[in-house]
Amino acid sequence: MTWTIDGADLDSRLVMGTGGASSLSILETALRTSGTELTTVAMRRFDSESRDSVFAMLERLGIRVLPNTAGCYTARDAVLTARLAREALETNWVKLEVIADEDTLLPDPVELFRAAEVLVLDGFTVFAYTNDDPALAKRLEDAGVAAVMPAGAPIGSGLGILNPHNIETIVSRAQVPIILDAGVGTASDAALAMELGCTAVLLASAVTRAHDAQAMARAMALAVESGHLAAGAGRIPKRPLALASSTFDGMVAAR
Amino acid sequence: MTETAHAPTIVLNGKTHELGGATSALDLVAEVTGRQLREDGAPADGGRLGIAVAVDGEVIRRSHWSEFALADGHTVDIVTAVQGG
Repeated sequence: MTWTIDGADLDSRLVMGTGGASSLSILETALRTSGTELTTVAMRRFDSESRDSVFAMLERLGIRVLPNTAGCYTARDAVLTARLAREALETNWVKLEVIADEDTLLPDPVELFRAAEVLVLDGFTVFAYTNDDPALAKRLEDAGVAAVMPAGAPIGSGLGILNPHNIETIVSRAQVPIILDAGVGTASDAALAMELGCTAVLLASAVTRAHDAQAMARAMALAVESGHLAAGAGRIPKRPLALASSTFDGMVAAR
Repeated sequence: MTETAHAPTIVLNGKTHELGGATSALDLVAEVTGRQLREDGAPADGGRLGIAVAVDGEVIRRSHWSEFALADGHTVDIVTAVQGG
């Protein structure tokens, strides 16, 4: 089951986000149950009033941290945020997110690409959150990002994978890991992402905002594993009509 | 117009903040986080700090905090990891 990125071997193909949980203890239970080994955090101004110690919690759980640039609208802000994250968390890994507007939270392709170029040159291992456009995915790969993360649907929407064909196209042309990011609502969405050939799935809201976060975390872990196994198992071709699985030889017939 | 000596003022995480005398970036981080820091910026208790500092939009490396003197008019951001993404 192992996959590798930037020389690091990861057993779990479920990358978790930490957003959306109503408490740190619910988040901790969900992360433990999910079996994730890589989890995103956002970078924000330090608030001495807040006891949000997500960083300490991830360290305690032994989960590798993937800082993101969530909330950035420009390449300039995203680059600064990535550099701050590198300094604060002592990692070159960054999930690059540059959004166009707050209603859709969809990526701004132009600013995203500019930021990716700068960060790759600056030595970052860039996980690029992008839309489901195969052309842009290829351009990001050519720019040197370590992983391309197409959205299945807008962040937090739970709409699933709106264009499976595009995701499949992105996967089929990629030399870097493709991680489906955003849009997952339930376990079948995560399984589908893996069946389409994705290397991993990143999700947060689907678990953290579920009525029973722990149960959904377990469901997602199983779905990702299941989808990955199915992808490698060689599914039967779809056909327009039935193909009997029982022989017609030796049938009894009523008179 | 009378010249009044005023304490040097910075903008810290979006709010006006008066500096009480000579203050390095290291002093400010220690004050804001309430943690004792060594000269190299690492916490004295041996844990990890998880903090980064930018002055006027440029990241100040942790190892340079102690020698970075804050001055009147600086815009300083002190950030950390929070839930998200």
